[in-house]
Amino acid sequence: MKEKSAFLKGMRDGFPIGLGYFAVSFSLGIIAKKGGLTPIIGFFSSLFVRASAGEYAGYTSIATHASYWELVIITVIANARYLLMNCALSQKFSSATGIVKRILVGACCTDEIFGISIAWPGYLKPAYTFGATAIAGPMWALGTALGIVAGGTLPVRAVSALSVALYGMFLAIIVPPSKKDKAVAIAVAASFALSYLFSILPVVKTISAGTRTIILTIVIAAVAAILKPVPDLPEDGGDVNE
Amino acid sequence: MSDTLRVLIYILIMILVTNGIRVLPITLIRKPIKNRFVRSFLYYVPYVTLAVMTFPAIMEATQSPIAGLAALVLGILAAFFGLGLLPVSIICCVVVFLIELFI
Repeated sequence: MKEKSAFLKGMRDGFPIGLGYFAVSFSLGIIAKKGGLTPIIGFFSSLFVRASAGEYAGYTSIATHASYWELVIITVIANARYLLMNCALSQKFSSATGIVKRILVGACCTDEIFGISIAWPGYLKPAYTFGATAIAGPMWALGTALGIVAGGTLPVRAVSALSVALYGMFLAIIVPPSKKDKAVAIAVAASFALSYLFSILPVVKTISAGTRTIILTIVIAAVAAILKPVPDLPEDGGDVNE
Repeated sequence: MSDTLRVLIYILIMILVTNGIRVLPITLIRKPIKNRFVRSFLYYVPYVTLAVMTFPAIMEATQSPIAGLAALVLGILAAFFGLGLLPVSIICCVVVFLIELFI
């Protein structure tokens, strides 16, 4: 596929992501307002950060006058899953992809952009990731700005319905490979079950959602890797993820 | 220090730290990983992490947990029968909207 058509395909897949983003970042704008962000500052802040849990933690820290170091630590914790995701993404590049494009793809990574990029068949075309971010990023930023301006005026019912758009996309990403590979299906089912248990059992339920994601991802993926490792690399080093 | 300046410093920290975390593994790992365990681990990471983030969060995102659960089940079915990102998302939103209309 040519660079241009990969970019266009990215824009098309980025649109539903942007719709889901809009609802989430709108509610984020309401919190950002409490931290004293103007719509313009909120727009650029969201455009360059693009992290739901991370921004939520950040804007709350601003509102409560946390120290700069506290903000650094909470930002690292809220976004630590991107370390794992981008370790996985680092393996999606063809050796011909230069370092600048790799870094830009890395900076584009959000939960959703990562999800569609890792689902790209074979080596990732960076243009695809850029196309998706070119659409979804500004929608995310716009949602935050409008949330700061008009927070609280959108009907609760509409916010509630829009807020599951992101999860619908996650399902569209994890279900097809679960159909093809039974080990993935079992890992996904175990993830649902353990994640639910972690949210209701005493003690562990006090762990934040971000930390829960990191712990469970590491444990479940490690167990799956031990029980059902991927086939060994062929001698010519072809792509095994296809 | 003015409030605007303080907010700008906070935001600059958020931008630098968040993108630093994103770029770090990409700059450190430039070659295909040979180790079979690490490759297997990274193969499962995306699906596991998205699954963990979806459930039970989908039930907490909606006004009524039942609506979120229904969106999860119908979303899985829609994706199982081959629908793409946008249609699955829309189905989930419509399901929540309709169910919350009646309860």
